Amino acid sequence: MAWETVIGLEVHVQLSTNSKIFSGASTSYGAKPNTQACEVDIALPGVLPVMNKEAARKAVKFGLSVESKINQRSVFARKNYFYPDLPKGYQISQYELPIVVGGHLTIDTGKGEKRIGITRAHLEEDAGKSLHEDFHGMTGIDLNRAGTPLLEIVSEPDMRSPAEAIAYLRKLHTLVRYLEICDGNMQEGSFRCDANVSVRPQGETELGTRTELKNINSFRFIEKAIEYEVERQIDLIEDGGTVVQETRLYDPSRNETRPMRTKEDAHDYRYFPDPDLPPMELDDQFIDSARQQLPELPDTKRHRFMEQHGLGPADAYQLTSDKATADFFEAVLEQTRGDAKTVANWVNSELAGYLNETNMVIESARIDPGMLAELIDRIEDGTISGKIAKDVFRSMWNGEGTADQLIETKALRQITDSGELEKVVDDVLSRSREQVEQYRGGQTKVLGYFVGQVMKETQGKANPQQVNELLKQKLESGD
Amino acid sequence: MALDKQTIYKISRLARIHVDKVDIDRYASQLSTILDFVEQMNRIDTDNVAPLSHPQDRVLRMREDSVTEHDRRDDLQSVAPMTENGLYLVPKVIE
Repeated sequence: MAWETVIGLEVHVQLSTNSKIFSGASTSYGAKPNTQACEVDIALPGVLPVMNKEAARKAVKFGLSVESKINQRSVFARKNYFYPDLPKGYQISQYELPIVVGGHLTIDTGKGEKRIGITRAHLEEDAGKSLHEDFHGMTGIDLNRAGTPLLEIVSEPDMRSPAEAIAYLRKLHTLVRYLEICDGNMQEGSFRCDANVSVRPQGETELGTRTELKNINSFRFIEKAIEYEVERQIDLIEDGGTVVQETRLYDPSRNETRPMRTKEDAHDYRYFPDPDLPPMELDDQFIDSARQQLPELPDTKRHRFMEQHGLGPADAYQLTSDKATADFFEAVLEQTRGDAKTVANWVNSELAGYLNETNMVIESARIDPGMLAELIDRIEDGTISGKIAKDVFRSMWNGEGTADQLIETKALRQITDSGELEKVVDDVLSRSREQVEQYRGGQTKVLGYFVGQVMKETQGKANPQQVNELLKQKLESGD
Repeated sequence: MALDKQTIYKISRLARIHVDKVDIDRYASQLSTILDFVEQMNRIDTDNVAPLSHPQDRVLRMREDSVTEHDRRDDLQSVAPMTENGLYLVPKVIE
């Protein structure tokens, strides 16, 4: 039987505020345990939560960017459960009236565009962390993360393959960083994903029973976890079994999912409006000011790059997948005489290659847009060849100087004096009698050998086009 | 709506409230009375009434996003039953 996969995603986005959602403690990552957990965060009796305006603004920015309805009146609710990293015994969240309702993200499926619905996005507080290393048979609790603002973004079950799920997640990840509402750091848990996965016979309209895959912290693992889970469910049903609705954890070392042990009443959260927090009302002015803070969004920028700069879809997509890269590209383009395609090539291949290799972000690279612009200008004006330029780029990457400095100190200037070049060509031809015979006998592909020799003699400083012409001229004239 | 003993047991466990066996019947009948009252309210037509999410007619007050609390871990942990290396220690939550 043919099966259809149905995936819905819940993404927890940590909002990049300075302070927590309901207290004035810092949210910065990596502090010593419990040094950023104040009375409100550790739930001492008698404290009251006070809402952080910036968290609301960031949620609104998200909603506006995906064409959602913003609920100008939303309500905080208590989600009740007991776990030691949740000191109040409830999480402040939103239930019946979340701040953001509806909206959509458009993904590229490889077979065209597809619109993925967003059900809702609600504000809530993060929990602390439990450390299960052995503390004399006890568990250690760090509440620094408790109270960090989260925006939980819930999608419709609109994705039909792990690849579509990843496309949606990447798109969302790019968007929240453009909006500057989240740093997107998955290792530090700033962007966490739960996947609801079910299968059904092709053509069926009812949804199958789903399982929920929890807290997977890399795109690759999310894809593998969903792939595994889909296979597991299909095998189970085809063997006559039924899927049980449950939460499962993915184990990357074994590439499998297994049920998370839960108490049978773990999901009985008994939500009710939090009496400590009256309804949150956002006036038109608040919404308008959030709208004014919206940057050019990734899709708009991508289309503009294609139209304004004449770039192909692949180049435009890669350049706009991250705002800093797009800004870098435009800054180079503004300062060089090179065209957009040339600049895109340098940014997308050479620079991206070095960044990947060293696991760095573009903001921290030693090469700034001005330096790359200068390098491209030296190719454009014929001072160096493209090949030498790559060596110069490497030296620039290593902090050895600017293009002009390196060309000067390393004497990399292209040989433009035709007399000098002719001498080298003559030398090469006179000591390669055998190859000259072959060429004149019709094996013209040995031309490449001569070009190679000349480039070697000149340490790459000859202009390859000039070398080619000169060689052909000499070989074909017969002297 | 009558609550049975099983339900009383379940909700007391969810709320982490210890209920003595001898008290269960009494709680069941008292809580059932409360639910009957809720049932009575449920019969009122509220189609054109906005749900009340807070008993006072108030709007949420919001603060600016600035860090106003600083490290007071030693003070705060002085009342904790057990701590180590800055962590609060609690009975083990997973085996």
